[in-house]
Amino acid sequence: MSKLKIEDLTLIFGKEKEEALSLLKQGKSKAEILKKTGCTVAVKNASFNIEQGEFFVIMGLSGSGKSSLLRCLNRLIEPTSGKVILNQRNITSLGEKELQAVRRKEMAMVFQNFGLLPHRTVLENVAFGLELQDIPQKEREEKAKAVIDLVSLKGYENQHTGELSGGMQQRVGLARALANDPEILLMDEAFSALDPLIRTQMQDELIDLQEKMHRTIVFITHDLDEAIRLGDRIAIMKDGEVIQIGTPEDILTNPATDYVSSFVEKVDRKSIITAASLMFEKPTVAILRKDGVEGSLRKMRSSGLTSLPAVSVDKHFLGFVYLKDILELKAKGEHTIEKAIIKDIPVAYPETTVEQMLPFIAENGRAVPIVDIETNKLIGIVAQTSLLIETTGASWENVTGNTIDNLQKEII
Amino acid sequence: MIHIGTYIEQFINWLTLHFAALFHVIKVLVESIVNSVEWILMFPPFYVIIALVAFLAWKRTGWGLMLFTLLGLTLIWGMGYWAQTMATLALILSAAFIALLMGVPLGIWAAKTPLAGKLIRPVLDLMQTMPAFVYLIPAVLFFGLGKVPGAFATVIFAMPPAVRLTTLGISQVPKDIVEATRSFGATPRQLLFKVELPLALPTILAGVNQTIMMALSMVVISAMIAAGGLGEVVLKGITQLKIGLGFEGGIAVVILAVILDRITQSFGPKKKINA
Repeated sequence: MSKLKIEDLTLIFGKEKEEALSLLKQGKSKAEILKKTGCTVAVKNASFNIEQGEFFVIMGLSGSGKSSLLRCLNRLIEPTSGKVILNQRNITSLGEKELQAVRRKEMAMVFQNFGLLPHRTVLENVAFGLELQDIPQKEREEKAKAVIDLVSLKGYENQHTGELSGGMQQRVGLARALANDPEILLMDEAFSALDPLIRTQMQDELIDLQEKMHRTIVFITHDLDEAIRLGDRIAIMKDGEVIQIGTPEDILTNPATDYVSSFVEKVDRKSIITAASLMFEKPTVAILRKDGVEGSLRKMRSSGLTSLPAVSVDKHFLGFVYLKDILELKAKGEHTIEKAIIKDIPVAYPETTVEQMLPFIAENGRAVPIVDIETNKLIGIVAQTSLLIETTGASWENVTGNTIDNLQKEII
Repeated sequence: MIHIGTYIEQFINWLTLHFAALFHVIKVLVESIVNSVEWILMFPPFYVIIALVAFLAWKRTGWGLMLFTLLGLTLIWGMGYWAQTMATLALILSAAFIALLMGVPLGIWAAKTPLAGKLIRPVLDLMQTMPAFVYLIPAVLFFGLGKVPGAFATVIFAMPPAVRLTTLGISQVPKDIVEATRSFGATPRQLLFKVELPLALPTILAGVNQTIMMALSMVVISAMIAAGGLGEVVLKGITQLKIGLGFEGGIAVVILAVILDRITQSFGPKKKINA
C-alpha cells in the first residue's frame, strides 16, 4: 500500500467554486473557467501515490500550483475536491481535532522562509511542535536536543533565531519538523531562499539524513537540478497539472512534453544519465571457442567495426579483440582467438553515470563494455560516440564524423 | 428639521432608566478600582513614591529621565499638588487599565474577524473625533458627578489606540509564521497566545503608551464633572482667571506626562537585533 495517495485533487480559488468545478468536469480549460466564473484553477485533477520512505519531489515554476498542492496535503489550504489518503485514512474528511492530531504526529512541514519564532531561542523553536502537544518541558527539550545534534546545530541552542544565518535558520526549521517524529515531511522550497553554496550543502546533508532516517518526504522546488539531486521520483507540474511523474532518469531521457524537455536541456546530465540508458544491448560479440578467427573477422566485416568485445559461451566478459591482432593470428594460421583477447579492459555497470565513465574515453574509439555487477556477464556496450555526445552536451542532429573526432581529441 | 438629538436623548434616557442597576454595579466597581489605586499611591510617604518612580525611570531608560523624575516630582510636591497629582495618576492608570482590558480583546477580535474589523473601525473613528466634552453628558446621566463618570469619559476617549494597535500588531504577524504554527497542529488558542500575542506585544505596548497619553489629555475635561485631581487646579485657574494657578497645574500635568510617556515608551518596539 502506498503511504500517501492523492486522488483526483483539485483546488480552485475564487467565489464560485462549485460552478468552476462543474465546468472543469466538462473539460473546459483554465482560461475559459477564469473568464466565466472568475475562479482560478490552482491544481487540476492531481493523482499520484507516494511510497513509504520515498523522496518525492514536485517540481514546477512559480504559479504552477506546486505549493498549493503541498498545502492541500495537510489542509493548510482546503482542497476543493478530491482526496488525500494517508495510511489509508482520508485526510480531507477529518474534523478539526483529528486534523490537528495528524498535523502534530504524522506530517510536519518545512517552509521556504523558515517561519521561525523570532522571540524564541533555537531550542524553544525546535521544541515548539512538541510544546503544542503539551509535552512536559523537560521531555520536549531532551527530544529537541537530540534533533539539534542531528542537524549539526549543537552549541546554538540558546541563540535567538534572528541572529542566525539563513542556512542555520533552515536547520532549525528542519529540526523543528523532525522533532515531531513525523511520518511525512513536507518541504516547501525549503532551500530556495539560501545561497547556492549553502543550498548544495543542505541538499547533501538532507540526502545523508534521509539515508539514516528513511522518512517519506514530499519536497517542492522550482529547480530541476535540485529535484534531480534529491528525488527518488519527480512530478513535474505546469499550470496546475501534473504533466509527468518519473525517476530523474525517466524525466531526462523521456521527457513527456516539450515543456519538460525545455527544462531538461538545461540540466547537467553527466551525473544523472547512466550507462543503462546509453547502452546498446545485444552488441556484436566475438564468442570464445565458438567464433574462431574466421568467424570474428566475418562479424567485424559485416558490422564495420575494428574491435569487438570478447565473451565466453555463457556471456562472461573477457576483453576486447582488435582487427589487426586477429589478422596476425590468421597469418600465423591459428584458429582460436584466445591469444588476441586484450584483457584488463575497464568495465562499467548499468548504474555507472556518464561522469564516472569519462576516464574510459579511449583514443582508439573502443566501446565501453557494460557488465552485470554480480555475474560479470556482458549486458551491452556504450559507444564512444554516445559518451562523447553526453559529455559535451552536443545535440545529436549536428554531429558528423568530424565533430566526433574533434570532440574526442578535445577530451583526451 | 431632523431631530437626531431628540432620539439620542430618548435613547440615553431609556438606558438610564432601564439599566440603572447595571450602571450602579459599574459605578461601584470603577470607584473601588480608582480608590484602591489612589490609596496605594497615597499610602506611602511622597519620597517613597518619588524614589520608586525614579528607580523605574533609571531602570527603563537611564540617568536623564531619573534626574528629571526626581526634580519634577519634587517640584510638584513643593508646589503643594502632591495629592492632586496622585489622584490624577490614579484616575489615568485606572482608566487606561479598563481601556486596555476592553480594547485589547476587541483589537484581537477585529484582527481575527474581517466583519468585526469593519464594524469596529468606524466606531473607533467616532469615539476619537467626537469632541471629548460630549461624553461628559451621558457620563453624568449614568453615573452622576465624581471620579467614575470622569473615568468613563476617559476610557471612551482613550480606548481607540489600544484597539487599533492591537489589531495592527496581530495582523502584522508574518503570514509564514502563522502558517507554520498551524502546520504543527496548533489550536486557535495556542496560535493566539504562543505566537500572535508575543509577536504583537511591542505594537500593543505602543498602544498602551498612546492610551495612557490620551487618558492624560482628558484630565482637565473630566475635572469639569468633578473628577478632581490636577484638572481641577487648571480648571480653577481658567474659571477664576488665575494665571499662576493654571500654569502650576499645567506644569504638573506636563511633568507627569513626560515621565509616563518615556517609561511606557521604553516597553514599546525596539530596534531588531538582526534586521
